[in-house]
Amino acid sequence: MTGYYKDEDLDRFGEMGKYNQELFGKFMSWYTAALEPGVLNKREKVLIGLSVAHAIQCPYCIDAYTKSCLEEGMSLEHITEAVHVASAVRGGASLIHGIQSHNAADKISL
Amino acid sequence: MINKKFKDTLSEVCSGPLVSVDIKILQVNVGYLCNMACKHCHANAGAERQEIMERENIEAVLRVLEETDINILDITGGAPEMNPYFTHLVREARRIGKHVMVRTNLTIFFEEGKEYLPEFYGNNSVEIIASLPFYMESEVDRVRGKGSFHKCAEALRKLNSLGYGAEESDKKLHLVYNPSGAFMSPPQETLEADYKRELFGRLGVSFNSLFTFLNMPVGRFRDYLIRSGNFEKYMGKLICAFNPETLEGLMCRHLINVGWDGRLYDCDFNQMLGLGVHSSRGQRIADFDYQELIKRTINVEEHCYGCTAGRGST
Ligand code: SF4
Repeated sequence: MTGYYKDEDLDRFGEMGKYNQELFGKFMSWYTAALEPGVLNKREKVLIGLSVAHAIQCPYCIDAYTKSCLEEGMSLEHITEAVHVASAVRGGASLIHGIQSHNAADKISL
Repeated sequence: MINKKFKDTLSEVCSGPLVSVDIKILQVNVGYLCNMACKHCHANAGAERQEIMERENIEAVLRVLEETDINILDITGGAPEMNPYFTHLVREARRIGKHVMVRTNLTIFFEEGKEYLPEFYGNNSVEIIASLPFYMESEVDRVRGKGSFHKCAEALRKLNSLGYGAEESDKKLHLVYNPSGAFMSPPQETLEADYKRELFGRLGVSFNSLFTFLNMPVGRFRDYLIRSGNFEKYMGKLICAFNPETLEGLMCRHLINVGWDGRLYDCDFNQMLGLGVHSSRGQRIADFDYQELIKRTINVEEHCYGCTAGRGST
């Protein structure tokens, strides 16, 4: 990761608390709690994190969740399948909006 | 970079230095010669290595086993089976009633003249600890070389056919997972369940347990960490994950490691770093002094963070 996004910036995340520690603190405890094993186990949660990271294309989240997936015993095969799910859902979301475009066209067509 | 000496970390949680608890195992590295050159190998083993334990030291190992209450012989390498005295060492140790464990890479079974190994192991009730870095072909071949997964699978099937790996069997077959990169290992129980399901489902292979080890920042893996720019982050992660609860079970507190040249070490990692045992009565297998060694102080350095991270890795 070079240029606009820098690797070392991830370690500076805590600086986001500088101007509003209270909100940042609340975010961090919510984030940590959301990732704790619950009805979903740790592995399922990091896979969801990885998929979302790809859907929103966040380089920091992609790096972090790829590592988490490996540390949960998953391989590049698992990761690739999850990325396909994210991409397919994303692609499907665009495609289904084709209906809106058809609807919009219908509204103004003879 | 997070930089904290291991000795300083220890002194925060222990009143004195790390000392030996007992000596249950004699771990013998019979040489660095190997038919493979895995990327994670801490011994830098390979086909070009010349270091091989000679007969004299093999006999000294057997003498120590005979004269002490150390009941377990753990043979490692390289590929230990490439040492010309390997079968002699195993047979003699069994003859004097010792339990023998061998760390094998499995692919050695397919080298010319080594086809006898599975039956030899079975006939001598050797406990097998086999390296298999993952249950998928692509991962294994990436770390250990093309075609290695298929050889491992074939070797495991052969061992199963000889009674190894079944739940009730006294022929124990364990597998070892290593992360295929600069990251921590997964929880042992979860990954063992995956290995069992996938290896049985894909290959019809069974085994007893899975050990998940961390890659120690030593040897070829250390070179990789430095080359890839991951060294500082990796060490930082190990340091942050220091867990004092791992100290009691550290292998160095329960074994003595013998190098190919007969020198004594606290573990195989220290051997690779040339950090010999602290002992005033000699540092070679020929001078083995049980009473002195059982109360020795362990020779620790920064790499020891690899053994104390998280749930521990020895
Ligand atoms: S690397 Fe250090 S802590 Fe680990 S077994 Fe060796 S001496 Fe003990």
